[in-house]
Amino acid sequence: MLYFLIFVSAIFVNNIVLSQFLGICPFLGVSKKIDTALGMGAAVTFVLTLATIVTYLLQLLLVKWGIEFLQTILFILVIAAMVQMIEIVLKKISPSLYQALGVFLPLITTNCCLLGVAILVANGTNKLPGELDHNLLTGTIFAFATALGFTLALILFAGMREQLAMNKVPKAMQGTPIALLTAGLLAMAFMGFSGVV
Amino acid sequence: MNNATKTLVNGILKENPTFGLVLGMCPTLATTTSAINGMSMGLATMFVLICSNVVISMLKNVIPDKVRIPSFIVVIAAFVTILQMVMQAYVPSIYETLGLFIPLIVVNCIVLGRAEAFAAKNSVGLSALDGIGMGVGFTLALTIIGAIRELLGTGCLFGYNLYSDHYGMLIFVLAPGAFICLGYVMALVQKLMKKD
Repeated sequence: MLYFLIFVSAIFVNNIVLSQFLGICPFLGVSKKIDTALGMGAAVTFVLTLATIVTYLLQLLLVKWGIEFLQTILFILVIAAMVQMIEIVLKKISPSLYQALGVFLPLITTNCCLLGVAILVANGTNKLPGELDHNLLTGTIFAFATALGFTLALILFAGMREQLAMNKVPKAMQGTPIALLTAGLLAMAFMGFSGVV
Repeated sequence: MNNATKTLVNGILKENPTFGLVLGMCPTLATTTSAINGMSMGLATMFVLICSNVVISMLKNVIPDKVRIPSFIVVIAAFVTILQMVMQAYVPSIYETLGLFIPLIVVNCIVLGRAEAFAAKNSVGLSALDGIGMGVGFTLALTIIGAIRELLGTGCLFGYNLYSDHYGMLIFVLAPGAFICLGYVMALVQKLMKKD
């Protein structure tokens, strides 16, 4: 039941993009088509889950040695190295996906939801339902569910933008402003989930 | 206008990080629940931006081209760590409010973007000016959005009550309001910029 609650909470109630404001750049940047949104979501899901496991273990070492202040530097380095690795693997396995994601794959490094979720889990800022602290398993599940929430928001938003592209938009609103307004409406819809968990 | 003033003004007006370049959206949306919060976030980012720009500009001939980005990130992360410690010691309440978004300055696209696009190519003095210009531009943008959201949401401005909060629209302090408010401000800026 606890694991189910983590899923519902991370995907719908506290959606990482629409209520926590993490990962807005890819949310606005790669959401013009559903295909690319799906690819980006898959990439983030993979990296986020792995990165959270690694950084959680790293945090145990940092606490043991009493050097927690190095957290920011170490976490970002580990994440950057992992993204680099995944980029190389993806280039070999699926060149078409690599082509589609293009410039955005290196940008996963500076995707705040990676570092954000890693810090949330490692510092215990994010509490489980019932104010429990994370352990490795719940941390991993939380990261995975968060990434699914990110993917869901991205795909929904991409779908809305595909429809939007066919409509006439006032000149001043073209581009980012109308995208932000659309995202605002989507966030409002997601507010309906608050209080479920 | 000479080169120095041009660099300084560039970040505030023409290439404003929020309205012009559309970078650093996460803190822009998340920390602008009030004018004070937005301004603190802007100033914190400005500190990191200036310091990292200066140091990276000094080191630009030492850093090999291939490990450029990781080196930049380490420099930025070092300054963010310093900022975290200073804020924790002297302004713990603001540190609490901004929370996660202080360490997340590391992954703010503006900081890395300016390091790559400006500091790695220009002199130390110009890089410092660019840092100041961009920082002021970012702080201004965040303060404006924060002020609008605070005024519409709670009826206050910088904490001073202007009208009864019975008439406040709480939605503007919550998540959807951030998107909608930024969207309209950006549309307004686009409209004004197109004129000239």
